[in-house]
Amino acid sequence: MENIEYRISNIESRIASRLPASRFLLLALFSLFMLFALSAFAQEPAYRHFPLIGSRNAIWIISQLHLMFAAFILGVPIFAVIVEYIGVRTKDPKFDRLAKEFTKLLLIAFSTTATFGAIMLFLLIGLYPNFFNYMSSIFFPTFVIYSLLFFGEGFSLYLYWYSWDKLMNKKWLHITFGIMLNVFGTLLMIIANTWVTFMMSPGGIDEQGALISLWGAINNFTWIPINIHRFIANICFGGFIVGAYAAYRFLSSKTDEERAHYDWMGYVGNFIGTAALIPLPFAGYWLGKEIYEYSEPLMIRMMGGELSWLFIIQAILIGVLFIGANYYLWIALSRIKGGERFRKYVKYMLFLLVICFAIWMTPHSLVASLEEARKIGATHHPLLGVFGVMSAKNTAVNLIILTTFFSFMLYQRANKIETVTWAKKGKIAQIIILGSAAGVVIFYGIYGYYVPAAVRIGFSVYQVSAVLAAMILVTILSSLILRGATSMGTIEWGKMPARSQYTLIVLALTIVTLMGLMGYIRSATRADWHVYRVLRDTSPEAFTPTIAYATQMISIITFIFFAFICFIFWLGHMGEKQ
Amino acid sequence: MRKFNISIFWSSLVLLGVSYLLMKYVVQPPLPSSILAMYVGMILFAIFIYVTVEEERMREFLQPIRGLFLDEKKKTWQTLVLIGFPLAIGVYSFNAFSPKISPPAELRTVHPAPPDEYVGLVNPLRESGEGGAKPHEGDLEEHVQKGAEIYFKNCFFCHGDALDGKGHFAEGFTPLPANFRDQGTIAQLQESYVFWRIKTGGPGLPTESQPWNSAMPIWEDFLTDEEIWQVILYIYEGAGVEPRTWE
Repeated sequence: MENIEYRISNIESRIASRLPASRFLLLALFSLFMLFALSAFAQEPAYRHFPLIGSRNAIWIISQLHLMFAAFILGVPIFAVIVEYIGVRTKDPKFDRLAKEFTKLLLIAFSTTATFGAIMLFLLIGLYPNFFNYMSSIFFPTFVIYSLLFFGEGFSLYLYWYSWDKLMNKKWLHITFGIMLNVFGTLLMIIANTWVTFMMSPGGIDEQGALISLWGAINNFTWIPINIHRFIANICFGGFIVGAYAAYRFLSSKTDEERAHYDWMGYVGNFIGTAALIPLPFAGYWLGKEIYEYSEPLMIRMMGGELSWLFIIQAILIGVLFIGANYYLWIALSRIKGGERFRKYVKYMLFLLVICFAIWMTPHSLVASLEEARKIGATHHPLLGVFGVMSAKNTAVNLIILTTFFSFMLYQRANKIETVTWAKKGKIAQIIILGSAAGVVIFYGIYGYYVPAAVRIGFSVYQVSAVLAAMILVTILSSLILRGATSMGTIEWGKMPARSQYTLIVLALTIVTLMGLMGYIRSATRADWHVYRVLRDTSPEAFTPTIAYATQMISIITFIFFAFICFIFWLGHMGEKQ
Repeated sequence: MRKFNISIFWSSLVLLGVSYLLMKYVVQPPLPSSILAMYVGMILFAIFIYVTVEEERMREFLQPIRGLFLDEKKKTWQTLVLIGFPLAIGVYSFNAFSPKISPPAELRTVHPAPPDEYVGLVNPLRESGEGGAKPHEGDLEEHVQKGAEIYFKNCFFCHGDALDGKGHFAEGFTPLPANFRDQGTIAQLQESYVFWRIKTGGPGLPTESQPWNSAMPIWEDFLTDEEIWQVILYIYEGAGVEPRTWE
């Protein structure tokens, strides 16, 4: 018994003797934990991780979707108001119906855009708090203005939509609401562009990145050109999406009347999309020039470095847009009495477009195997190397634009017989003007190979000016020649084959992909900088993805956007049935 | 004389075949298969557009195909096409994807962005920086001469005595050394860019787009900055091209 007591007391004493040590160990461990854990809690993390797909992909998807919807809700009101105005001037109710139908789509897309905008904001605050803090330190006043403008846009949109029937007799007031909607929308875009362009070409800050001038930060190098570029691109985007909506409605139409209406709507969508597409390469060129002026490495990374391969995809997509738009018009000649007169020109236009398209998408550095490179025997292929430089590309795109314009011209006069006495001379003058513009484009294209690059860059201005001047002059002449023209027959709206409608859907798919692609290129150009050379991206996802990875992401985003758009189209259709 | 009529279907096939043969065997040096595939794809696309733009033409185009599959008397042809066509695609697919000894075609980036420290550098032998006096004309000629000497001591082994990239060692490299006479090489570049490429060579290429295939040595280990600027003067002079400048 004594022995047992002794043992117990011995154990107790041993425990007692060890306790201070174990307590001390516990204390030390707990202190260490508190030291690290609380210090971590005390500091705001620079980044948080988004489960499964990662923070960068989450932001990439949401912001791109937000931008696509935003492009739609900014582009569509511009031509909705114009179409409504045409309706007032011509007193043709079909224009009013079209404008209203555009606006109905807008209404559904508006809330989706706002939702994606809110998600993007939450993700930015949550996943990239440091970056968001920094942007807030620079742009907070613009956040306030943006919120107010957002109210303005929302209210004017609802005002525009809900007062449509009530203000049928006060159209000017209704159109004023539409203009207000456009003003608010455009201002919203301009403010959002300040944040995006600041990230690329920051201004108005000191060497430490602290704000010196808010206006300097807003009016940075790329702000104005991106405002112009996005403004035009939004119209183009809206036009082609509306075209796709019309195609969907055409294909699901049950009556000839419906088919006729949606055929016409598709034509208008394609016309707006293509008309806005024509100046887009010029606006893009200007944006590129401004980027180059701001930072040479930035531009070289974009168009000479690894991102340059994505410009080959861009060339293909732009080619599809132009050829698709022409193809639609050529098919459309068949529904116009008199259109058959111009079919003979199709093969020549197609030939020219395909040749230009081939030059446009031929890369400067070829994808060649070792064996093929050996056979070429030089850094560049002697023939293809000629196509790979800007002289060739600028020439090709200007000729594509002229050809597309020519297609529109033929379409416009397909069923018309000129009555003015000087019609023949006028048409000869038009041919001379277009031929001269093509001549100027080709001349400077070839001459560009023989002059230094700095001089060559200036040639693009002559080429663009010649094309724009020719288009303006020929349009004026056309309107004069067709004054008092008699008709060979009406346009048989609705008599279009299904493939023409699928073409409209392909055009919409292409413009969405193109927007995703170019948005990625512009963003990826900054490489591992949130704000170029001011705030570095130190997250684990700051690497530039491979071309394959990036294009897969763009495709996924395009797919998601179309899933949403189909749902919106379906909702619109369902609402109408009810 | 009887007019020879060929249906749109067959004329399209002939056009495709002839274009392919011309691009494959007549154009010299041969086009890489990636470009050939792209151009053939474009011709197919153009044929599709041309055929389908008019209803009657599309019907005419489809007539031989319809005729083949709907005509009961053409059983043998139907069998041949149904077996032969997928088989031909299978053979093509097998050939395209079977492993080859030669390395696959690569997507080269030829114009990476230069590091910041090289941006905006001007050749001090051609024109001085802001506020400085322009070098004397006679000095320029002397620098070009010195550049030529440096070139023939160091660079011509790869880039060739005619500056066309066909030096003695050229065949040993992949990709081939740059041909300075080509409008797509130094004529497209500012001197600052060429200075960077010579000074730091292949190992100085940026981390993006790795791995790089460049055997260009790090010339700053062997030449002074002035010598590099001199050789730049010479290669532009010798190739008969002007360096790129900004407006």
